[in-house]
Amino acid sequence: MRARVFVTLKPSVFDPQGRTIAEALHSLGYANVDDVRQGKYFELDLQTEEASAARKIAAEVADKVLANPVIESYKIEVD
Amino acid sequence: MKFGVVVFPGSNCDEDAFHAAKDVFGQDAEYLWHKDTALKGADVVILPGGFAHGDYLRTGAMARFSPIMGAVRGFAERGGPVLGICNGFQILLEAGLLPGAMLRNRGLKYRCEHVHLRVEQTDTPFTAAAVAGQVLRIPIGHGEGNYFAPADMLEAIERNRQVVLRYTDPHGKVDEAWNPNGSINAVAGVCNEARNVVGMMPHPERACEALLGGVDGRAVFESVIKTFRLADLRRAQVPA
Repeated sequence: MRARVFVTLKPSVFDPQGRTIAEALHSLGYANVDDVRQGKYFELDLQTEEASAARKIAAEVADKVLANPVIESYKIEVD
Repeated sequence: MKFGVVVFPGSNCDEDAFHAAKDVFGQDAEYLWHKDTALKGADVVILPGGFAHGDYLRTGAMARFSPIMGAVRGFAERGGPVLGICNGFQILLEAGLLPGAMLRNRGLKYRCEHVHLRVEQTDTPFTAAAVAGQVLRIPIGHGEGNYFAPADMLEAIERNRQVVLRYTDPHGKVDEAWNPNGSINAVAGVCNEARNVVGMMPHPERACEALLGGVDGRAVFESVIKTFRLADLRRAQVPA
């Protein structure tokens, strides 16, 4: 199975990269873009064929390595 | 006393720290490879600057899994003095030995320049030879030194007097114009609750000789040497 892990800064944490991208978009004329938050995206190819097991492994890896719980949160999709 | 300087793949300030301890201060010093599991009798451990394991995921994120970190954690829990400089600070944050986390610099740029730091606390092994309020001029060199802690954590850190160093203007006044990276509350260095583990973004090992443009970093090394000597004296005075 494949698990997709999306890691983003928590809403309360300032994202200097996202802000800079938003400002660049505004200067390109996209006044309709209110804000941008930048994050990280991981694809994990897993040996298991069970969605619940895949989700469990991905969550463990995200908790332990992929995300820093002080500043980041994550969400997981499996298929 | 003996300095142990940890070397991760990608460390690049290990030789500077070793040189300061050994050649400038005349102390014993030994490198500790990240795959080692013992500290070889070190009385103080320095996690130096650099890009441990490449810093590809997050700064310091992989280094905390290096075998040596088990020994460093045990040493810290027994009260041993541990100093993380720059990437070493980032590693201590990721390892949970210090509170908080690092974000990209507010201006997104790598900043390499001298900054001014106000010594906030002198009851740590790395600031004991300084005077509270003293302003140190020490260089930084980092892209991710924007210190962050959630509101409740920040409140606890300030309440417990864990902010050891703050970015200020040359006169010791906190001023956002003199905050090089956007760190919350202008935090440049913090300690743990037990006060024996300290992390700082500026590089004291690069400011120990006049030839290098300043000697204010000596205060950090002199502090830990003084702390060690005082502890030694106390041990000697305990009746057998």
